[in-house]
Amino acid sequence: MVEMLTGVLEKNGLVTAFALVGITMYLSYIISNKLTKGRIHGSAIAIILGLVLAYFGGIHTGGEKGLADISIFAGIGLMGGGMLRDLAIIATAFGVRLEEVKKAGLNGIIALFVGVFSSFLVGVIVALSFGYTDAASLTTIGAGATTYIVGPVTGAAVGASSEVIALSIAAGLIKAILIMVATPFVAKYIGLNNPRAAVVYGGLMGSTSGVAGGLAATDPKLVPYGQ
Amino acid sequence: MVIYGVALLSICMLIGVFLGDLLGGLVGVSANVGGVGIGMLLLVLLVDKLRKKKRLNEQSQEGLQFWSSIYIPVVVAMAAQQNVVAALDGGPLALLAGLFATIVSFALVPLLTKIGNDNTNFPEDEIQLKEAK
Repeated sequence: MVEMLTGVLEKNGLVTAFALVGITMYLSYIISNKLTKGRIHGSAIAIILGLVLAYFGGIHTGGEKGLADISIFAGIGLMGGGMLRDLAIIATAFGVRLEEVKKAGLNGIIALFVGVFSSFLVGVIVALSFGYTDAASLTTIGAGATTYIVGPVTGAAVGASSEVIALSIAAGLIKAILIMVATPFVAKYIGLNNPRAAVVYGGLMGSTSGVAGGLAATDPKLVPYGQ
Repeated sequence: MVIYGVALLSICMLIGVFLGDLLGGLVGVSANVGGVGIGMLLLVLLVDKLRKKKRLNEQSQEGLQFWSSIYIPVVVAMAAQQNVVAALDGGPLALLAGLFATIVSFALVPLLTKIGNDNTNFPEDEIQLKEAK
């Protein structure tokens, strides 16, 4: 019986993922309404629950892809992977006003450069304070603090040690997770409630997954502007 | 038909990703540069044009609307496959680097938003994207 059931779940991975995410979101909205009286948005809770599941998945399998490494939940990997994520992000542009994008364009470009530079600088300063002094390590950790995808690419290019590369990925992951979790809470203090701010925010943060999650949890209307 | 909307979306994404790869090659990184952004821009322009010509009917729009509202569930699935264990295992250096980078970035948002700001408050109804449910 159990084997048959897991067989069905494994064979229909993507469908299993839809069901699982649907249930997660349902529970999240109940928690949001009952426990926080709607103050914490349901999607913010769902994202945090997702990260908690990823943690237990990672502990359970020792793999790198969170819950998706457990065979019956492999469909999560497809559903939350780059392909469907990008398709859904682009779809959010449906209904966007072109004028808003144009107005905020320059701010967005400035934000992108400032964002990369400031995160890099912070990474380098922290690395220095931990006793790293060679250029390769400093560059790699700085790049990791920008985003976890750039970290290892940079590290491999400048010949940093694997320990440093792992650190740079970890720094970038911490940043992405913090952005997802913290954005809805800090949104009102940093004025993140209009398309222009969303464009700037998207440029500054520099983490696609962080920004995608953060804006979704804050105000879904702003999502298309952040990318 | 619903599939027309989905196909329009897919074509925009494919063109965007292709151009993003080309752009990445031009600047010398083996990564996609701005592909998603190009795709979004294409979609905005095409939808705008098709709507004015009344060539985008209700059902085609539903195909776009569906994927737009499936976005948050996709993000939840994305969160569920992050390498959270590795992030926490990185120790204090990774934690501090990530934390400070995030704080600095957050703090810069209001500063950069002000640049060239002529009208801070966009009326709610100007943002036409329907709330994702």
